[in-house]
Amino acid sequence: MQDSNKIIDEVTSSDYKYGFVTNIDTETIHRGLDEEIVRIISAKKNEPEWLLEFRLKAYRHWLTMDMPDWPHLTIPPINYQDIIYYAAPKKKEGPKNLDEVDTELLKTFDKLGIPLQEQKHLVGMAVDAVMDSVSVKTTFKDVLAEKGIIFSSFSEAVQHHPDLVRKYMGSVVSYRDNFFAALNSAVFSDGSFVYIPKGVRCPMELSTYFRINAKNTGQFERTLIVADDESYVSYLEGCTAPMRDENQLHAAIVEIIAKEQAEVKYSTVQNWYPGDKEGKGGIYNFVTKRGLCKGQGSKISWTQVETGSAITWKYPSCILAGDDSTGEFYSVAVTNNHQQADTGTKMIHLGKNTRSRIVSKGISSGFSQNSYRGLVKVSPRAEGARNHSQCDSLLLSSTCGAHTFPYADIQNETAIIEHEATTSKISEEQLFYCNQRGIPTEEAIGLIVNGYAKEVMNKLPMEFAVEAQKLLSISLEGSVG
Amino acid sequence: MLLEIKNLHAAINGKEILKGINLSINKGEIHAIMGPNGSGKSTLSSVLTGHPDFEVTEGTVFYEGKNLLELSPEDRSREGIFLSFQYPVEIPGVSMVNFMRAAVNEHRKYNNLEPVSATDFLKLMREKRAIVDMDSKLTGRSVNEGFSGGEKKRNEIFQMAMLEPKLAILDETDSGLDIDALRIVANGVNTLRTPENTTIVITHYQRLLDYIKPDVVHVLYKGRIIKTGGPDLALELEKKGYDWLKTEADEYL
Repeated sequence: MQDSNKIIDEVTSSDYKYGFVTNIDTETIHRGLDEEIVRIISAKKNEPEWLLEFRLKAYRHWLTMDMPDWPHLTIPPINYQDIIYYAAPKKKEGPKNLDEVDTELLKTFDKLGIPLQEQKHLVGMAVDAVMDSVSVKTTFKDVLAEKGIIFSSFSEAVQHHPDLVRKYMGSVVSYRDNFFAALNSAVFSDGSFVYIPKGVRCPMELSTYFRINAKNTGQFERTLIVADDESYVSYLEGCTAPMRDENQLHAAIVEIIAKEQAEVKYSTVQNWYPGDKEGKGGIYNFVTKRGLCKGQGSKISWTQVETGSAITWKYPSCILAGDDSTGEFYSVAVTNNHQQADTGTKMIHLGKNTRSRIVSKGISSGFSQNSYRGLVKVSPRAEGARNHSQCDSLLLSSTCGAHTFPYADIQNETAIIEHEATTSKISEEQLFYCNQRGIPTEEAIGLIVNGYAKEVMNKLPMEFAVEAQKLLSISLEGSVG
Repeated sequence: MLLEIKNLHAAINGKEILKGINLSINKGEIHAIMGPNGSGKSTLSSVLTGHPDFEVTEGTVFYEGKNLLELSPEDRSREGIFLSFQYPVEIPGVSMVNFMRAAVNEHRKYNNLEPVSATDFLKLMREKRAIVDMDSKLTGRSVNEGFSGGEKKRNEIFQMAMLEPKLAILDETDSGLDIDALRIVANGVNTLRTPENTTIVITHYQRLLDYIKPDVVHVLYKGRIIKTGGPDLALELEKKGYDWLKTEADEYL
């Protein structure tokens, strides 16, 4: 065990690869939150009156709410008046093409492995890059537009497709939904908007890359995906942030609407700065993600690989309203050092013959706390609902905690609900067995952890599976104690 | 001389198990180490492969002229020492294919070779599988997960075939095997035998030695080698048991 401890020390002191800061002129507004700030944000974005009204209603509602106290998390008090709610990289003046993106920004995204020049870009993937409060560039918009697909920043969608935004925004996650949803609805800045027309199979992966850069700011983005009848889209979200001593707040909303026979696959590789090994700094990741399987035979699938953030609070969920609709949740949540995660899903069966599948793999190390929290609800009229849940925990240290909080609320007796749970450790005998075959301990842990998470990793789009595998090994290398 | 053990003492949790082992093994030989339960047979294999639970308190081990005790467990493997475990562990989720590829490539890296290509690797797997009659389903599964006792032991010999060790230590490879599995495993070992490689067979019973013919037989008792002889010694033990040796040994130990 002594050897393993040594390796832990070495590895946990390794650097967070994305912790750099971009030196770029940033336009920010003053700290704090009141109606005036909400109006300023709305005005900066040149928003229509209805949207300002939406924000103000959300803000007023937020004032009446308290932070949720039920998660298995220790959240230090957050001073919401000490946060800057809007920060945007300044556009350089001059006779430049409006489309041209600041070279510093391009360099930043290049460094993050997200090239924004289309000719350089990964084949088969369109990207919306969001830094702090604004989208800096969306690639392949034209190619997609030929098929009638709308893929743009949220702000642009508000300008160019106000009817679509107005119709669907808040229809899955109401501003009243929870404390962070209300906050986001009041101050959200940017994000992505996707519309896939009827019968269209989106020809490339769509992805949004979120980057927090500015100091003392919060990031509050919104993503809205509407998949019309018989359409298909696969969407991927990635995120990173600089290393800073103070905590930064990220409170996002993702809404998905899948109509008849439509399928949406939403994958997340969450790698926000997790704080240092003493638990100082890091992102508070408080996110509301929900999909509505509105049409008959529709399908929404969430896949998440969560390795970052100091504190994670998120439950990507599916409302299975359409008959024969399917919801899926595949999750790998890794916590190390002093990270805390309370994550899981809700599967709400409303339609007949609806199906849901939950696969959650928690991996905990160091002094971290990792909780799975899930709800399977079957309403009285959801005849023939089926759910299968599998929740596994892998412990890599004796000082971490893994918890499972499964809830089931079944109001129709035809439902078939299955729940499996396991807890395991990587044993010294397993490591020695690998060593004896020539595989050193760090590689052995990577092999075992990736094997453990394989079922979920296999659900990720190919381009990101390899990256995510590496991320898993890096987050945990040698952390057996 | 491939392996030279001198006055080896080793302990676990402060309790001394090996109390002065002396053993010399030449290249190409098969040595059997026999002895009653609790005599230290498995401890010897653990110490030679560098299991972290055991502490060497005295003595030296030289392997190909190198100080073996200074090498990490993985380097001992890469230097050509293979242990067929008495109780192979299960590693859920890690397929045999991935596991073996990682192992083979670690060995290649150590010898400054490029990683093996996917096609060559799969070809190698097929070839070596045949030696122990393993089918492709078994190699597609997770390491030892849900394998029967016999399958686990065959899987050990399969891995040995993949890694082509210079020194193979078979720790109670016959335990828990029925006669057919025993024959398959023994045939595997014999097929892999060359004048270049060396085998230590650790066993409680004579029956494995009907298939794998040793050049030298040692009897281990209370952490020491109390008798060394030719193949006949194993037969004698089978007939007379260990008691006569124990009595003899206890008189001067």
